[in-house]
Amino acid sequence: MAVFLFILLSLTCIGSILGMILSKNQAHSALYLILAFVCTGGLFGLMSAPFIAVVQIIIYAGAIMVLFIFVIMMIDIRKGFSPERKKWILYPSLGIGLVLIIELIFILNNALGPSEAKAAGTIGSPKILGKILFTKYLYPFEITSVLIIAALVGALVLVKKKEEK
Amino acid sequence: MIPTYYFLILSAVLFVMGTVGFLIKKDLITQFMCVEVMLNAANLAFIAFARSSSSLNGQIIVFFIITVAAAEAAVGLAIILHVYRQKKSIKTEDSSLMKG
Repeated sequence: MAVFLFILLSLTCIGSILGMILSKNQAHSALYLILAFVCTGGLFGLMSAPFIAVVQIIIYAGAIMVLFIFVIMMIDIRKGFSPERKKWILYPSLGIGLVLIIELIFILNNALGPSEAKAAGTIGSPKILGKILFTKYLYPFEITSVLIIAALVGALVLVKKKEEK
Repeated sequence: MIPTYYFLILSAVLFVMGTVGFLIKKDLITQFMCVEVMLNAANLAFIAFARSSSSLNGQIIVFFIITVAAAEAAVGLAIILHVYRQKKSIKTEDSSLMKG
């Protein structure tokens, strides 16, 4: 059952990312990306991380993608699309991707190999996660809030229209 | 119990797809989405290692990565909007002021 779910989710994820890259319309790309993020959330749930799975679906597939879709809505897509000019970049980048995937799989094979020790069942229950987050990782948590305030102010300042003098 | 190896292979595949997509797409928004895909691939690897070592530290790190990604998306999209206002285009080829 778990293996079936894993195969289903990973194939959907890979397929929707392919759709995102190949589709010409940015709004369709964003919708494909939402599907990919939901599948990744399901994979997190499979790996005994239910809290992270829920956070992934709420923040990534919810909040961040809503931001993306708002920006796509504000930008005039017709004007943003001029006809494609240089096509030659496709082949070098596919070559780079091929080299990268071969390297990564080679590293993975050397690092741990297909046979690997099994692990405990449920480690990521929200209770334990929250306890660790507010004791051992308290300072990073607080610093994150400062970071979010800074990002909020920065985004507001960037988007604000300059007044003509 | 699915081996950690499979998750790591999937993570590598997603990362490479994000990289290739970043290189071949020419509008800023899709490139930014490809960056998000790469971040997600890293998250997947973190969670896989957290499970294989039965430690929660990897999951906490993923939690922080998601938070930072939200901040990054806000600032990045603001920059894209700004570029669009200046150039009236979101193609990367049109933002070539520094190229000479």
